[in-house]
Amino acid sequence: MRNTLRNALLALSGAIFMAVVFHTALPVAGQAPAGPRLPRLGGKPDLNGIWQAMNTANWDLEAHAARPALAMRPGPIVPVPAKEVLAFGAVGAVPGGMGVVEGGEIPYTPEGLKKKKENQDNWLTRDPEIKCYLPGVPRANYMPFPFQIFQSDKAFAIAYEFAGAYRNVYLKDPGPPQVDSWMGQSVGRWEGDTFVIDANGFIDQSWFDRSGNHHSEALKVTERYTMVDPNHINYEATIEDKNVFTRPWKISFPLYRRMEKGARLNQFKCVEFVEELMYGHLRKTPVQ
Amino acid sequence: MKYRSVLSIGTLAVATAVVCSLGPVAAAPRFGGNESSGGGQATPAAATAQKAAPATAKLWTMPRTADGKPDLQGTWSNATLTPLERLPGQGLILTDAQTAQIENRTKEVAAFRDAPSDPNRPPPVKGGEDRPLPPGEPTFIERISASAGGKVGGYNNFWLDPGERVLRIDGKPRGAMVIDPPDGRVPALTPEARTRAMQRAARTKAFGEFDHPELRGLAERCLLSFGSNAGPPMVPNYFYNNNYQIVQTKDHVMIMTEMVHDVRIIRMGAGLEHPPKPVRPWLGDSIGRWDGDTLVVETTNFHPQQQYRGASENLKITERFTRAGPDQILYRFTVEDPTTFVAPWTAESAFNRTEEMIYEYACHEGNYALSNVLSGERSKEKRDAEKIKKPQ
Amino acid sequence: MKALSAGLVVVAAALASPQLVRTASDRDQTPVGIAKPWMMPRTADGKPDLQGTWNNATLTQLERPEGSSLVMSADEAARMEKGFSERVERLSEASDPNRPAPPKGGDGSTGAAGNVGGYNNFWIDPGDRVARVNGEYRRSLIVDPPNGRVPTPTPEARKRTQQRLALNKGRGQYDHPEMRPLAERCLMSFGSNAGPPMLPNYFYNNNYQIVQTKDHVMILVEMVHDVRVIRIGGERLPKQVRRWTGDSIGRWEGDTLVVETTNFHPMQSFRGASENLKVTERFTRTGPETILYKFTIEDPTTFTAPWSGEVPFNRTDELIYEYACHEGNYALSNVLSGERSRETREAERKKPQQ
Repeated sequence: MRNTLRNALLALSGAIFMAVVFHTALPVAGQAPAGPRLPRLGGKPDLNGIWQAMNTANWDLEAHAARPALAMRPGPIVPVPAKEVLAFGAVGAVPGGMGVVEGGEIPYTPEGLKKKKENQDNWLTRDPEIKCYLPGVPRANYMPFPFQIFQSDKAFAIAYEFAGAYRNVYLKDPGPPQVDSWMGQSVGRWEGDTFVIDANGFIDQSWFDRSGNHHSEALKVTERYTMVDPNHINYEATIEDKNVFTRPWKISFPLYRRMEKGARLNQFKCVEFVEELMYGHLRKTPVQ
Repeated sequence: MKYRSVLSIGTLAVATAVVCSLGPVAAAPRFGGNESSGGGQATPAAATAQKAAPATAKLWTMPRTADGKPDLQGTWSNATLTPLERLPGQGLILTDAQTAQIENRTKEVAAFRDAPSDPNRPPPVKGGEDRPLPPGEPTFIERISASAGGKVGGYNNFWLDPGERVLRIDGKPRGAMVIDPPDGRVPALTPEARTRAMQRAARTKAFGEFDHPELRGLAERCLLSFGSNAGPPMVPNYFYNNNYQIVQTKDHVMIMTEMVHDVRIIRMGAGLEHPPKPVRPWLGDSIGRWDGDTLVVETTNFHPQQQYRGASENLKITERFTRAGPDQILYRFTVEDPTTFVAPWTAESAFNRTEEMIYEYACHEGNYALSNVLSGERSKEKRDAEKIKKPQ
Repeated sequence: MKALSAGLVVVAAALASPQLVRTASDRDQTPVGIAKPWMMPRTADGKPDLQGTWNNATLTQLERPEGSSLVMSADEAARMEKGFSERVERLSEASDPNRPAPPKGGDGSTGAAGNVGGYNNFWIDPGDRVARVNGEYRRSLIVDPPNGRVPTPTPEARKRTQQRLALNKGRGQYDHPEMRPLAERCLMSFGSNAGPPMLPNYFYNNNYQIVQTKDHVMILVEMVHDVRVIRIGGERLPKQVRRWTGDSIGRWEGDTLVVETTNFHPMQSFRGASENLKVTERFTRTGPETILYKFTIEDPTTFTAPWSGEVPFNRTDELIYEYACHEGNYALSNVLSGERSRETREAERKKPQQ
C-alpha cells in the first residue's frame, strides 16, 4: 500500500516539474473545461469555419414588433411605407425580434437619442448599408450574411461575405491605430477559452443596425467569442462611446456554424449593385 | 413468510391501482353534448346517458400525454346557437321550451332556405330586399346573417354553418356564455373606455366607411376571423369554420384556428415572462401552466388593432381548458381590463370533437372582396361626381 | 524503479504534447557569426508556412522589350535602382512656391503625377528594387514565352475586342459609371493586385496578408481589401457562379502550394481573358523574407499559347491598412459630374445667341 502511494507522489512531482519547465497544461481541479468536447488548435478552441448570426439584430438591436417598412410616411389613417419602398411589399417589412441588448434599452444621451430618431426618419439616405459601405463592428457580425474565421498558430482573421469586409485581428498589439477606419483596428488575446478582441480606431460613419443606432469616432468595442460546443459560439460585445452613450452597454447572442456540406462564403462585393443608386443621376442619359 | 409479504404488497398495489383509475371519473364535470352541425358528436344515446345522474355515467379515464398531462389534442369545434350575452327573458339555464324554440326554429329555417329557388323569380329590387323567412321570432343568429349582406344576397344558406344546438354544460342548456356578472351580460365600459370609443367614432366620422382599407373590419382585411375565433378569447363566429386543432408537446400547446389559419403558441414552463411592452403580436402572448388537470393560459401584449370589445393595451385574458370527456373540452375565460370594463367578467363554452379535416383558410390570397368594396365605392364616387357636373 | 518509469512516462507525454513541439520560427538558434542554415518554417500540420505580410512591388515590368534578355547584370540592376532613387529624390524636392499655374490642358508631362497633376510623387510607392529570382535580376516578370512578352491574341479574342469597341462607339468614356475602369469604380485594384495572377500595380499598396489553416489559405489583398479564400481540396463552383477573383482550389505538391483558379467574374477581364481563363499559381517559401510566386495563364480562346511569369513576394514589417475605396470614392462621381457640367456648358454655348 505504502509503495503505491510513494510511487504516485513521485509521478505527480515529476509531472509538476515537467509542467513548470515546459509549460504543459497541468490538469487541476476547477481548470478542466466543462461541457462538450471542443475542437482545439494549439490548446485553444478552434474557431475556424463559417459562422452566422440568426436574429433580427441587423434590423433593430432593441426589442421590436414587426413593422411594415424601414421608411414610412404619414398615411390617412396610420403611417404607410414610403414611396421608394412601397413596391417591396412584405419583402421590405421588418420582422419582429426580442432584441439583443442586455437590459433592453441602449443608454443614449439626449443628443444621441435625437440623432437616432433623425437617422430613422432619414433611413434611406443615411444607412450606410444601403450604399454597400463597410458595415463596421459589431454590425458585421450580425448581418444576414455569413463570415469565415481563419485562425492559425500566428494569425486570426475574419472575412465577411457582406461587401467583402475584412478584419485582421492582431495577436500582438501594434499600438494605437495610425488612422481611423470603417472596420477599426482589432487586437485579440485569449482569456482561458474565450477569445477577446479589443477594437477601436473607428470612423463615425457606420451604424449599428437599420434602425438608426449610431456612434462617434470614440467608439470602443470589446468582443468575447466563447465556443460553447463545436457548432455554437456565444458572442458578446461591450460598446463604449462617451460621446453618445451614458454608460457602456452590451449585446449578446449565439453564432451558428454553417453546417451544410461545402459551406463557404459566397461573394457579395455589392459595390457594383449600387452604381445606379449612387451615380445614376450622373449618367449622360438617366435610365427612364 | 417471504411469500406472504409479497402477496400482501401485491394485493395492496392492485387495490391502489383500481382506486386510482376510478378517481378521474369521479372528478370529471358532467355536461352534455354541444354539437356542431357537421361533426360526429356524441350520439343521442350517449348524450342522454351523460344527461343522466352521475352515478350511472360511463367509466371514462382522462387521456394523458407521454408526460402525464391531460391530452387536449385533436380537432375541435366551438360552433353553437348560444350567444355570448344573455337575451332578455332568459336565465342562466334555458327552459325546455326556450331550448326547443331555438333548436327547432334553426332546423326550420335551414330547411326553408335549402328549398330550391324558383327559377322564374325576378331579380331583387334595386337596393336589395329583405329575404323571406318562416314566420316567427328570428333567432339572434338570423339577425347576424341578415346583416351580412342579406338584402342584396350576401351568403346563401349553403355557405352558413353556425351550429344546430345550444350550449349544454353539465347537461343544462345555456342561454348565454357569460356567467359572471350573474346577469349574463358584459359589464359596462369605464368612462375612459367610453371616451376612447367616442374618439374612435369621431375619427371614423371624419371618413366615409369605404374611404380606406384600414377602415374596413379586420375580417374583411383578412387579418383575423369574423368575431373572435382565435382571440383569445376563442369564441364561435356564428358563420362557419369554427374549427381548431390542438397539438401538445412537453413545453408548448399549439392551437391552430381555422379562420384565418392563426396559430397560437402557448409557452409552458416555469419562470416564463411576457415580452417587453413594444412587442404586441396579433393574438397576444400566451403563457400556460397546469393547475391539476386544467390548462390555465394567461395572455397579454395584444396587438393595438385587436381591441376585443373596445379593450385597451391593458387587456389580460385568462383561459381554462379542462378535458371533460372523450369528445369535449370545457372552456372558460376571464376578461380583465380595468381601463375598459368596470369589472372583470367570465364566460363558459365548450369545444366538441369533430371528425372533419381542417382546410386551409387562404383569406388574403383570395381577397377580392376588399378590393371590390373599395373600387366599387370609388366608381360610385366618380359617377356621383359626373352627375353633379352635368345636371340632367 | 516503478517511480522512475512513471516519471519517464510523464516526461514522454509532456514532450509529445503539441504545445511543446515548437514550429521552427524565425528565431535565431545558432550562435552569432555563423551563417545559419535556413529551415523551412512549418505550420502545426507540417505544411510550409506562408503566413505573414508580404509585398510584391518591384521596378521590373511584366513584359520586356523584344530581343532583350530575361536576366540583367548586377550592374545594370544597380544602375536602374539608383536611377529610380535619384528620381524620387528629385521629385521629393520642395516645389517652387512662385511657379505659375500649369498651362490649360496640362503641361504634357507623363506619369501619374504629370499633365494636370494627378498623383504627387509623395503618394506613389511602386517599389524600389529590381525583381530578383534565384539570384537573377530579371528584366521582365514573364519567363515564358522566352521573349518575355504576352503571346498574341487569338483571332477570336481580336473579334471580341472589335465587338466591344463597336458597342462602345456611340458612347463617350464618361457617359456611364460602367464605362469607367474597375479601379475607378472601386471594384478591383489598379492592374491586377488580387487577380489572380497577383501582380504589382506600380502605384502603391502592393501588400498582402496570408493566413493559413488546415484546409484554407486566405490571402488578403490590400487593394481593395479583396479576400481570396483558397480551399485545399474541395469541389469547383458550378459554371454559372462567377466571382471576382474567381474560384480557387489549392493542393500541396511537396513544399509548393499549387492553386488553380477558374470561374472568373465576366467583368473581370485579364488582358481580354475572362470566361475561359484559368490561372495556375505556385507558392514556394524560399527564405525567411521571400516567397517565390509563379503563375501560368491559360485561355486558348484568348491567347495563342499559355504564358508564365515569376514574381518575388518580400516580407514587410508594415501594417496593412483598410483600403475603403468605395466609401470615399469622390473621384467617380466627380469625373461623371464634371463631364455632365462640360456638356451643359457646351450645349449653352451652342445655343443661338438671344
